[in-house]
Amino acid sequence: MSTDTLPHPEKSPERPGGELIRLEGVTKRFGDNTVLDHLDFSVAAGKHVTLIGPSGSGKTTILRLLMTLIKPDEGTIVVDGQHLFPASEKQCREVRKRIGMVFQQFNLFPNMTVLRNITEAPVTVLGLTRDEAVERARELLDLVGLADKCDAHPAQLSGGQQQRVAIARALAMRPKVLLLDEVTSALDPELVAGVLDLLRDIARSTDITMLCVTHEMNFARDISDKVLMFDSGRVIEAGAPEKIFSEPEHDRTREFLSAVL
Amino acid sequence: MTWDWTAVSDFLPHLWDGLLVTLEILVLGSVISFALGLVWALLMRVPSRWVTWPVGVVTEFVRNTPLLVQLFFLFYVLPEWGVTFSALTTGVVGIGLHYSTYTMQVYRAGIEAVPAGQWEAATALNLPLRRTWTAVILPQAVRRVVPALGNYVISMLKDTPLLMAITVLEMLGEARLFSQQNFQFTEPLTVIGVAFVIVSYLASLALRALERRLVH
Repeated sequence: MSTDTLPHPEKSPERPGGELIRLEGVTKRFGDNTVLDHLDFSVAAGKHVTLIGPSGSGKTTILRLLMTLIKPDEGTIVVDGQHLFPASEKQCREVRKRIGMVFQQFNLFPNMTVLRNITEAPVTVLGLTRDEAVERARELLDLVGLADKCDAHPAQLSGGQQQRVAIARALAMRPKVLLLDEVTSALDPELVAGVLDLLRDIARSTDITMLCVTHEMNFARDISDKVLMFDSGRVIEAGAPEKIFSEPEHDRTREFLSAVL
Repeated sequence: MTWDWTAVSDFLPHLWDGLLVTLEILVLGSVISFALGLVWALLMRVPSRWVTWPVGVVTEFVRNTPLLVQLFFLFYVLPEWGVTFSALTTGVVGIGLHYSTYTMQVYRAGIEAVPAGQWEAATALNLPLRRTWTAVILPQAVRRVVPALGNYVISMLKDTPLLMAITVLEMLGEARLFSQQNFQFTEPLTVIGVAFVIVSYLASLALRALERRLVH
């Protein structure tokens, strides 16, 4: 795999290798249910952070906040030195350019071909010419092993193939941050490995910052620099994957891991 | 009662005239109702009560008053305010406006049926709102609603004779004129009945073909 087909985001000049994402006192409620409770955490540029924990513990909510799909009730979110919340709609759009997301249900556009799914945003948002976007898309399709599926529609692809297209679509925007929201949960078991292998490759060969919610603990162990264990909207334990998976300190972490491993 | 084939052949030239007018009403009325219905549906999604409230009131009003009353209003009342159109134009606008208040509900359902994940993917890719609508949401919504829109085309076809009331000579108007002049009712009315069936059958075939092409 050639590395120049991959996105190579520039590090922000003012803080090389420094903090790329910071959440401070972030609270999110849905009705009476407090999903995130004064959450603080930060992610350094280029790091791969995995969020684990029982469902409903707020992991996916963090990704959705960072993608601005929802807004927090309180707190501050800073990405790449700029506020994502609170921020004007204009600033939000600007910061959002640096963030890409891959969804559990792929969310490809069914009315477009695979190629158009990938070129749509680079052309309309980044202002690439059609040819540049197509070239970029073809390189990415090569990377995800679907070079022959350019003209297919999403409905003609398997779940695993759709998810790989979705990964290519996110990478085509050359984001600094890639948010992965349970990207293999909706896949048939035999298709999971292909998608995870692809993400391992991307994690290994790029300096893209990854924030990953997953129930695939082996994958988490392989790619993560840091694992955050969530429970009831709070980080109850954080550390290197070796530590969290081998010698968790917290009872809840132990319980959770013995249930999923 | 006897069936008189000469009356049928005498009526045929009038049938063609009426058929052309009926088709004109149907095609133009459909275009207006499809376009205007989409405009209403989109306006109802504007996050401001200053937009949704008046649009809601006007469309509810139009939907819940008889088309015939609306046609009379457009044809007899508007000229008093200095707005005058030909009978056919008035009829086409009237029927298109009336049906747009139905198609707007069809579009609304189609738009709401597009999964939330499509909006989220568009946000994640930072697509501008306008582009999200034109490239992602509407193509999917419209595809879903073609069958329902088609039903309204057939329904509209069956309402075209109402335009006779404002002097438009569509098929029923021609048949009535012919009947009154020749004292023969059976043949022209039967002929236009058959003509309506054929037109609605052909229209439904065309719509089904369109549907197949869109779903593909």
